[in-house]
Amino acid sequence: MSATAARIDELKAEGRAALIGYLPTGFPTVEQSIETARTLIESGADILELGIPYSDPVMDGPTIQDAVNIALDNGARVKDVFTVIEAVAGLGAPVLVMTYFNPVLRYGVDAFARDLAAAGGSGLITPDLIPEEAGEWIAAADARDLDKVFLVAPSSTPQRLALTAAASRGFVYAASTMGVTGERATVGSRAEQLVAATRAAGAERVCVGLGVSRPEQAAEVGRYADGVIVGSAFVKPLLGDAPFAQRLAAMSDVARGLADGVRSARTGAGRA
Amino acid sequence: MSESLQNLQGPYFGDFGGRYVPEALIAALDELDVEYRKAVADPAFAAELAELHRSYSGRPSIITEVPRFAAHAGGARVILKREDLNHTGSHKINNVLGQALLTKRLGKKRVIAETGAGQHGVATATAAALFDLECVVYMGEEDTRRQALNVARMRLLGAEVIPVTTGSRTLKDAINEALRDWVTNVESTNYVFGTAAGPHPFPTMVRDFQRIIGVEARQQVLDLTGRLPDVVAACVGGGSNAIGIFDAFLDDAGVRLVGFEAGGDGVETGRHASSITGGAPGVLHGARSYLLQDDDGQTKESHSISAGLDYPGVGPEHSYLADIKRAEYRPITDAEAMEALRLLSRTEGIIPAIESAHALAGAIKLGLEAREAGREDELILVNLSGRGDKDVATAARWFDLVDADTDLSAEGADA
Repeated sequence: MSATAARIDELKAEGRAALIGYLPTGFPTVEQSIETARTLIESGADILELGIPYSDPVMDGPTIQDAVNIALDNGARVKDVFTVIEAVAGLGAPVLVMTYFNPVLRYGVDAFARDLAAAGGSGLITPDLIPEEAGEWIAAADARDLDKVFLVAPSSTPQRLALTAAASRGFVYAASTMGVTGERATVGSRAEQLVAATRAAGAERVCVGLGVSRPEQAAEVGRYADGVIVGSAFVKPLLGDAPFAQRLAAMSDVARGLADGVRSARTGAGRA
Repeated sequence: MSESLQNLQGPYFGDFGGRYVPEALIAALDELDVEYRKAVADPAFAAELAELHRSYSGRPSIITEVPRFAAHAGGARVILKREDLNHTGSHKINNVLGQALLTKRLGKKRVIAETGAGQHGVATATAAALFDLECVVYMGEEDTRRQALNVARMRLLGAEVIPVTTGSRTLKDAINEALRDWVTNVESTNYVFGTAAGPHPFPTMVRDFQRIIGVEARQQVLDLTGRLPDVVAACVGGGSNAIGIFDAFLDDAGVRLVGFEAGGDGVETGRHASSITGGAPGVLHGARSYLLQDDDGQTKESHSISAGLDYPGVGPEHSYLADIKRAEYRPITDAEAMEALRLLSRTEGIIPAIESAHALAGAIKLGLEAREAGREDELILVNLSGRGDKDVATAARWFDLVDADTDLSAEGADA
């Protein structure tokens, strides 16, 4: 069974949603990204989502774009993600990789799956890859027992929700709103409907991302979703000129707040 | 050839094409695809577009034989397809009028577009004015400086121009930003994509709206010369003018098709925009195609004196035509293009866009190669995709045409 799914189910039995935290690898440097990842897990992230810096991140807003540009300027390479996974895979949080497709395609889809599995990674989240274009990745992932996390959006038709739910393993990533990553004042009201519709279309686990940054938002989303995905809110305190230790502490504070948020939203054990 | 290559319908062209986009955009792409197919089947749509061509943009565009220019091309016969004479000054209007009509049919009131040289942005702003649509154009900040006059034109037409300050600040980043806008506002907004690239149905749809270039030119050359050309030459950035003129000739096995990519300082220097000649297959902006990328699959910055060709990708149908060897793709350097620009200006009184000058430089090479091979009567059709008014400041600097301290307004303009 998928380690990601097992972790989500375990937390569900405890009556809460998972906190899934995103960080780009190589940001600000590879070494420091190991430290940030470790700190994020220690501060309450249940599942880690490591991003591969990419030159053309069309699903990302300014915060993650800035971080990724810093990583690339500092020489981040695709293979660095395996180094970071190896360093943090034993800390109790399943580690997924979030990546645009071209770096995987260039690496070689099967070689990437092989090295991801060898490093201890659980699978991939693919924001610009729909199941219809993912044949090569699906085959490689199935051969290595890896998670395939595809996205659904408020614009997805019931047919597409079913198709995506069937193709996914681990969980289905529900984009809370139409848009790119970044903090928002409110999480779209369509997110709850989308989670319900995605479950109705056959998904066992649905986690919500885009725009979640505050504990009360995490609590709200945690009431109806199996996981709350947070990215920009962790990345933002890591940007800027303050000493690294200070930035790391600020990120840890954000993480603890969000971890409290998901814990405050008792979903009730055994909820379908 | 047993099977027709004309009018291929996507989403795949051999191994290329597809829809590598966020799920959030799939509904809009499906809607566009369905509406486009309905429009194609509707005689009223074709009639409305034909009327716009006739009474608004000025079709059919003429062909012009250029013997004084051709004397420098080994004595080949050179004929230009004059897309530079279209309203707004390039072939871009052909596609934009079609997509603007589609926007009306979709019931959307807002259009967005990316632009490099500004030609597609100006064409979109023009159609938006004509059809009373809100229009936002994304343009790399670097390009807003290189093409300040086109920024002013778009604003004069009522469009909002947003300089894009991310990445290399050129066309690729303008497309990223337009995609981010689209994914956010897709319910109210149609993305009027400027070239035959991007996710399905854009490569097919844009090609279809541009194929009138080749359909007209093929007949015009037959009428003038009694035969088909030996070679058809066009510049290739994203590749819409090239696929537009190639399509009508794809099944004419005896007609060579040659696309000229921007070679910048030379492909060997690494500073170029020749995606097919100097790139490798990958995924960028929604399609699998050749692109400039490093070992990690990061998009490499392209370099070209021509903002319209300064793009690290290319449309998937070109990648396919290259792989099956139905078309050839060759690089032309900045210097070669600028020489050709000056030559056509001086010998024929036609100032071409720098983009189109790549095809002219290519025609010179093709003519000289034909003479070398002993072919005396080589007939070369060149797609003159745009006029050079927008490039006069660049040419003035390149050729030292004015005093060095003259403000040519490009950098001085309020972009």
